[in-house]
Order: sequence, then C-alpha cells, then structure tokens
Amino acid sequence: MEFFKIRRVIPFMRFALAFNVISIITFIAAVAFIAIRGLNFSIEFTGGTLMEVTFAQSANVETIRSTLEKAGYKAEVQNFGSSRDVLIRMPIEKDQSSAALSQRIGELLRANDKSAEIRRVEFVGPQIGEELAEYGALALLVTAVGIIAYLALRFEWKFGLAAIIANLHDVIIIVGFFAAFQWEFSLPVLAAVLAILGYSVNESVVVFDRVRENFRKLRRASVTEVIDSAITANISRTIITHGSTQIMALTMLVFGGPALHFFALALTIGILFGIYSSVFVASPLLMWLRVSRAQFVRERKSRRDENEGAVV
Amino acid sequence: MNRFPIWKYALIALCVFVAFVYTVPNFYGESPAVQISSGKATIKVDAALLEKVEDALKAAGVTYTAALLDPNSVRVRFSDTDTQLKAKDLIDKAVNPDPNNPSYIVALNLLSSSPNWLTVIGALPMYLGLDLRGGVHFLLQVDMEGAITKRLESLAGDLRSQFREKRIRHGGIQREGQTLRIRFRDAAERDRARAYILSQFPDLAVVERDDGQSLQLVASLKPQALKRTQEYALKQNITTLHNRINELGVAEPIIQQQGADRVVVQLPGVQDTAKAKDILGRTASLEVRMVDEDKMNAENLARAKAGSPPFGDEYYVERNGAPLLVKKQVVLTGDRLTDAQPGFDSQTNEPAVHLTLDSAGARIFRDVTRENVGKRMAILLIEKGKAEVITAPVIRSEIGGGRVQISGRMSTTEANDIALLLRAGSLAAPMEIVEERTVGPSLGRENIQKGFDATSWGFFAIVIFMSAYYLLFGVISSIALACNLLFLIALLSLLQATLTLPGIAAIALTLGMAIDANVLINERIREELRGGATPQASIAAGYERAWGTILDSNITSLIAGIALLTFGQGPVRGFAVVHCLGILTSMFSAVTLSRGIVNVVYGHRRRVAKLSIGNTAWK
Repeated sequence: MEFFKIRRVIPFMRFALAFNVISIITFIAAVAFIAIRGLNFSIEFTGGTLMEVTFAQSANVETIRSTLEKAGYKAEVQNFGSSRDVLIRMPIEKDQSSAALSQRIGELLRANDKSAEIRRVEFVGPQIGEELAEYGALALLVTAVGIIAYLALRFEWKFGLAAIIANLHDVIIIVGFFAAFQWEFSLPVLAAVLAILGYSVNESVVVFDRVRENFRKLRRASVTEVIDSAITANISRTIITHGSTQIMALTMLVFGGPALHFFALALTIGILFGIYSSVFVASPLLMWLRVSRAQFVRERKSRRDENEGAVV
Repeated sequence: MNRFPIWKYALIALCVFVAFVYTVPNFYGESPAVQISSGKATIKVDAALLEKVEDALKAAGVTYTAALLDPNSVRVRFSDTDTQLKAKDLIDKAVNPDPNNPSYIVALNLLSSSPNWLTVIGALPMYLGLDLRGGVHFLLQVDMEGAITKRLESLAGDLRSQFREKRIRHGGIQREGQTLRIRFRDAAERDRARAYILSQFPDLAVVERDDGQSLQLVASLKPQALKRTQEYALKQNITTLHNRINELGVAEPIIQQQGADRVVVQLPGVQDTAKAKDILGRTASLEVRMVDEDKMNAENLARAKAGSPPFGDEYYVERNGAPLLVKKQVVLTGDRLTDAQPGFDSQTNEPAVHLTLDSAGARIFRDVTRENVGKRMAILLIEKGKAEVITAPVIRSEIGGGRVQISGRMSTTEANDIALLLRAGSLAAPMEIVEERTVGPSLGRENIQKGFDATSWGFFAIVIFMSAYYLLFGVISSIALACNLLFLIALLSLLQATLTLPGIAAIALTLGMAIDANVLINERIREELRGGATPQASIAAGYERAWGTILDSNITSLIAGIALLTFGQGPVRGFAVVHCLGILTSMFSAVTLSRGIVNVVYGHRRRVAKLSIGNTAWK
C-alpha cells in the first residue's frame, strides 16, 4: 500500500507568499479573540470552588442555580458530560472555609433532591491560582528558549528562529480557538499546549534535517528547489505520523469522557495546525531568512583553498 | 551489515524480560487486607508487633496469604473479605487490650495480590494518584508571620520580667512588625540592657537607635533564628498533623513539606472531608505535674491499677512499663514551653532534653525546683482528652533563664523522640487550607476505565494501520510499540511515580508520537529501495539516515516535557513524568529493538530478494 505516489517535486514555495499572508491573518484573528473575549480560565488559575454533583435523574440547572442564589451563593451551574451530572463553580468567598462550603451546598441540594451525590470538590485559594498561572507562563518561556538553543546548536540559529516562530504561531492559534469558543482553559490544557509545541517543532526538525541533507546532495538546485524537495519527500511521513497521533487524540475525545475532553481538543487542533505550520510557515520563513547552501558546504571550500596555494 | 553481535540480542531480550516482570504486578488485582499502624505518637511499629499479630492469627486458625512489615505499619493479606473482617476483630483484640485506649489502629485496606517474591524484588503495581484512587488532597499554608509574631511577643514578655528582676530600667517594650522597640531614659541603662540581651538572648540582634525623644534599642531575630523559628513551626505542624491523621485510620497518608511554608496532606480513600478537616485543626497539649513519690508503694500502686488511686493522684504507666502515681495538680501547661531540643547533660554526658520555658513558665518552674530537686516530675501529652506520660525524669538542675534540662534513663533516640513530642504538644503556628481536591472513589474507578479504553482502542487502530501499510515492517513496528508500552509501565511501576489521569493521556500521546520514529525509518527504507539500493543496504541506510532526525525530534519534545516537569504541579506533573519517560523508552524500542527484530528476520539471510515493506514500485 502506498498512498503517496508523488513522482515530481511539488512546488510548495511558489505559494510561499500566499501561505504567509494566510498565517498572518489567522494569527491576528487569534490574538484578537484572546484580547477581546479573553480565556475561560479554570479555577486552577482563578481560584474558587468547583463541585461535581450527580443526580439519579436529569438535573435542572436553573432550579439548582436559583436554590443556591436564594441561599446567598453566587454560582455558575452547567451540565457536564451527561444530563445527570452538574458542575457548580463558585468564586472565592472571603471567610468561607471550603469544608463548610461543600457541606452546606450538599445539604441545600439534597433538600431538593435526595439523590444528590457529590463526586468531586476542588478548592483553590487565590495565591495558588496566581502561582499556577505564573508557573505555566514560565514553563512556556523555558520551553521556547530551550528549543531555540538546541536547534541553534544542531542546525543554525536561523533554523531555530524559524522553527520557534512557526510553532509559537501554532500555540497562539490553539489558545485563540479556546478564546473564541470560550472552552475551559485548565492546567491539563496548558500541558497539552506545551506537548504540542514540542511535537510541532519535532515536525519542523524533520523537514529541516532533510533540507540540510538536500543542500549537501543536490549541488545545483536553488534554495527554493531544495526546500520543495525536502517537503515533498517527507509528505508521506508527515501525514501518517500526524494521522496516528490524531487517532490517539480521537479515541481520547470519544472514550476519555469530560475530564480529558478539552485536553484532547487542544491536541487535535495542535496536530492539524502543526502540519500547516511546519510546511507552510517554517519553510517560507527559512527562505525569507536567506538560508543558503554556503552554511553547509563550508568545510569543502576550505579544504580546496588549502590545496590551491600548494606548489607542485 | 544487518547483524547485531550476540550480546546485543541478549541485552534486548533481557530488557524485555525484566520489563515484563516489573509490569506483571499491575495485573494481579487487589485482595482484602488489614493494616495495623501506630495509634499513639509514643508507640512504634516493629518486628515484635508483626510476630504478635502472626501468633494471634495462627492461634485462632485464621489463614493469611502474606504478612509484611513496613516502616509505618504491619499489613496482612487475606483471600476473601469474610476472613478479612474476622481477622480485623481478632487482631484488634490482640494488640489493643484496652478498647478505650487503643495503642494501634487496625484498618481495612486493599493490597495488591502479587506474590511475595515479586514484592521482595521491588516489583509493585503503579502508584495511582488521587484522581484515580479517590481521596482527599489538602495544601496547608503555615502562617509564618504569625509564628514569628508569637515568638516575639513571648520574647517581649521575657524581657520585661527579666529586666524587672535585674532592675534594668526601661521606658517600655513594644512589638512593631517584626522587631521589638525598647525605650530607655539614659544611656547607662541602655548599655546594661544591651549587654544583658547579648549574653542571655543569643537569638536577638540588637541595634541602637535615637529618635530625638528617647534612646532606643531595636531588637530583631537574627536571620538564623528567624529561619529556625520558621522551620520549627513547619516541622511542629507536620508532626502534629501526623498524629492527627493516624486517628483517621487512613491506609497510606502522605504528609509532606512543600516549599518553605506549605504542607501537602493526601488521604487516599477518605470520603468525609469535614471530619478530616476538623481533625486536622486540633492540637495536642502538654502538662507538667509532679510525681507523688511519697505515696508510691506497692499497695497503693496495686489499688491504683485496679481503679482507685490515692486521693489527689492519678495512675499512669510510663513508656517503659513502670507504674506511676502523678499528682492531679498541674504545675505547668504546654504553652509555656517555647522549645525542646535533644542534647547532652553538661555534667554526666548522658542524653538529655533541653527545654526552654517562657518567663512565666521559668518563674513557676524555679519555684517548683527549689523545693523539688531530686524529685521526679512527669510530663504528660494530652490527646483527645486522654493523657499519657512521655517522660518522668528526675529534676536535676536549672541552667537558668528558663532553660531546663531533663535527663536520666533515655537513649539518644529517645531524647530525640521526646523533644519532638514536646514540640508537637506546644502550640503550633496557625495553618490555613489554600487548596483542596476531593475525588469520590466511583469517579476514580471511572477515570481509570476511560483512560484505559482510550489508550487501547487507539493502540489497536495504529497497529492495524501500520501492519496493513508497511506489511512485515509494520508488524515489527507494532511489536516495538507494544514493547515501548511495556517498558513505560515497568519504569513507572519501578520508580513508583504517581500515575494520574493526565498521565494516562500522556501514555496515549506517547504511543501516537512513538510510531513516528518507525514511520521515518520505514519511509526511508522504501526510498532507498526506490532509488535502486539492495534490500540489505536499504535497511542499513534507512536506519542510519533516520537516526539523526529521530534524535533531534525527540530531544525537542523532551525539552517541553522537562519544562513541564519543573514547573508543573499535581496531576500535570504526572503528565510530564510519563511524557518524558515515554520519549526515552520510545527511542530505545523504536530504533534498537526494531532493528534487532529486523536483523533476526533479514540480517542473517544470504540473499534477500524483496523486503516486505509494501509497494515501493510506484506503478
């Protein structure tokens, strides 16, 4: 079986300009969404109390909300997974110990419906929320810097820069989606975003590796041709690998239940846009940064120079 | 060219076998067990207890499948829940002769049923996080400022009374923030005060200050003293928490320091958060009373043991078993004790405990010792309304300034233990719950099931695809992927790293990413074949050319994983651990292991006409 019988090199770079324009537009759109609508942070970042309650029959979100309001609690109530599960979110209340809080809420709910069962309670104080947000940002920064450093070592700083710009573009797009649809942005989602950053760069590295090899192999080809042939040669591997990772993300979406739902979503978006960014963003960036054969063929040249002055 | 030396094949086979052995405990399931742990701070769990329990069970004819001793508990496994329940009652009666004053906590628990020989070599099932087991997680923050404030207030009190005694005149001592400001009317007094503080209060650093109105000394805790106060506050609290949590009879509690001022408490299996929190809030207290040696004769002791001690006394038994009559009157309470340190008697070099009392305590104590040198005093720890004698030493001497030394009949370990107990009994710094997570057990089981389903379905889908697309090489890649999973689970079990729900997601993700290496290799081999190379040469070239790329791409994923590991907390940490380990195992299994198998299949053949790697002709 072979899906990718590609006999000729596909001239990807011809459309480099068009791709870059699309990238810039999507990037700006993502940033706009993040700035205007903001992210729907989970309580891990904002602090507050979260309770997951399950009932024997379908729960009426409205009645629960009004019951809590009458008792003086500002709560956000929504369905979660099945219609019998309810998620209750409450912002931080001063002078309220969380034990007392979850007991009280449990009693209130049980007064209406005896089958109410508290499955999970999470309480995060405000300091912890701030700290987790800080750590998340730090992790992102450290990852980006680490990757640039590593790629600068293995290839050349231009590659490192191109890879990071392309893949941060990925990350912003994922976050943009979360802002646009107001999906819950929790710690596992942040973990998924970081994993995708690593994975995307992974992708770019495979292409760059091939570019480097091609520079050495294809003596007379221009930079554009070198890049094009690198991408073409890797197309089948790109699609298959992304496909298999996507299969895993898909099974998580289907079987993972509500806990892993947003995590799997972040992964899916990351995988799809990963292909896009590595092929259509990183490579054109390489072109614009004027990557040239000269960097890779230095050794040969110097050896020839040595021999030229020899007197025979 | 496609042959490994024999030792390499052997190494790979050995790795797979070892990984298998360490993965197997995860599949044994759990059996009912009884766990016996110490119910009192003064009682330890040791081999003698294990023997007692085993004897009790054997005597009653109750069969058990295994009996193990850990540092904190004795665990006995049974084949079914009926035997488990019967055994629990039996053991309870055997180790706790007085049901109203239990020395040990006997609790029901579930233990892995893997055979003993596996457990002995360290092959245990994976350690499941709370979101998979169910239970309670608290993060408590110690109010460090509060601890320091309290210390300063008590120092201020001490200074006031000692200045009065030494007749050092001053114009007032006030605490301002984290310093003490002492005012004086003339320089001579101030100098006297300063000299006195420097000699008697080594923890304070003193600075002179003049603000026009009065001459002042500003005293603050030296940085080392500050740090020490904070550390002690934290450790005191942790000890107190330990004692409290034993009360709940939780199977495997975790109480750890996190950072400079926080404590993590994890109680797997606990449902009643309200009770847990209530218990965490309480503290034990200390009392010092005199031993009534005059009345301690055989007759009185026998009557006291039977339940009627002489008037004004109470009957207690020391830790070493000796009976005591202790006067009911309380001489000193624990809040007068500011510190307790293990040390050595200055004269006899015996192990001793050095106590520091605040000034009121010191004064009371001085009065008591003046009349009672050579007599015994009892220090009692009161928990849940029940008192126990920690130690009943002879009063030797007072070192002065509220420092008391108790010694006699204690080893260095005992001195350490007693000092710790005394600190736990005195007031701990206030604590606040800053984070809480509770997961019900049904949710925990559901999470495991979901994670498992997602991973297995994904795995099968990938295997089917790879085998269809790359034929034999696809099958080899799938075997490598399965071994990758095996290595990963074995490593997690061996390291006893915590597995959380995001951790299971990381396993799924790792499998998806690991297949990348094999795809790279297979595609490369195909390309070489298309280019006209011989099958054997293609295999060699494919693996060689792909290796550089595989290394680069895995390292970049590893960088992201390590960043998450460093900065992540809680369930996300579980994700990072699995992610990083998965990358490492995938490099080994995708490259070395699959090459090993390929070599066995193709490498030793003289002539290979065609590789079973799918359509390379592109017709």
